Amino acid sequence: MKSAVVLLPGLNRDRDMIAALTKISGQAPATVWQTDTEIPDVDLIAIPGGFSFGDYLRCGAIAARMPVMRAVAEKAAKGVMVIGVCNGFQILVEAGLLPGALMRNASLKFVCRQVKLQIANANTMFTRRYQPGQIIRSPVAHHDGNYFADTETLARLEGEGQVVFRYAEGTNPNGSINDIAGIVNEKGNVLGLMPHPENLIEAAHGGSDGRALFEGALGIAA
Amino acid sequence: MKARITVTLKNGVLDPQGKAIEHALSGLGFDGVGQVRQGKVFDIELNGTDKAKAEADLKAMCDRLLANTVIENYAVEIA
Repeated sequence: MKSAVVLLPGLNRDRDMIAALTKISGQAPATVWQTDTEIPDVDLIAIPGGFSFGDYLRCGAIAARMPVMRAVAEKAAKGVMVIGVCNGFQILVEAGLLPGALMRNASLKFVCRQVKLQIANANTMFTRRYQPGQIIRSPVAHHDGNYFADTETLARLEGEGQVVFRYAEGTNPNGSINDIAGIVNEKGNVLGLMPHPENLIEAAHGGSDGRALFEGALGIAA
Repeated sequence: MKARITVTLKNGVLDPQGKAIEHALSGLGFDGVGQVRQGKVFDIELNGTDKAKAEADLKAMCDRLLANTVIENYAVEIA
């Protein structure tokens, strides 16, 4: 299974994402730059975390309007899997590929710690290697992860099982509505989440709770 | 032509920054401060003299970039 990683100025978790995908899939992902208008034939496109364009205007706002994101949208429409982590999640909502918005943390503080996540829907291509309701650990590091959606959108997300990850056991680090940590689009092939599963994939990280996400998405045996 | 765009948070959207400012103002001894909501202002210079076209362009700029209409409202003023 092939993957690609989107590179934008100001991202800083791109190396982590490339390393994780390389280790898990056994082959290095292709990389695409912000001005690229075509993305190679891959099964999974990852948008890493960081601070694209210095978080100017709104987190992810400028990145979402770069040419490469039109190419990502075209691939997503064709059913290619897309995962956006942290700033990648912010970019996906700004690009309109996922609903809602990510606002400043309720505490107004940058949070960098480990949280617990509950698998709210194990029936997606990204979570099929987890058990429903399973609690996993994951690092978070962000200032603007406070997920917001209007009442109607929220009801739709909850009703359709589009909420995939929830902060568990009182670990909500940002005030996110309904403890939402990650959502998928209606078709289920675009995932955005604030936590960093790519930073918990091997013993050296102190655990591998995030590994099953990539193994599930890429169809790789555990 | 000069234009000013004001972007504000929609009602019902939590504004933690506005809240913090509200508390800080009270801390400075400003009594009677109610709710504070933080927003953004963009001053934009435009070529051309067609006001109607400018207004249409500015609104498109807001919809496509300057405001996130999921959480924000905008107002366009042309001087």
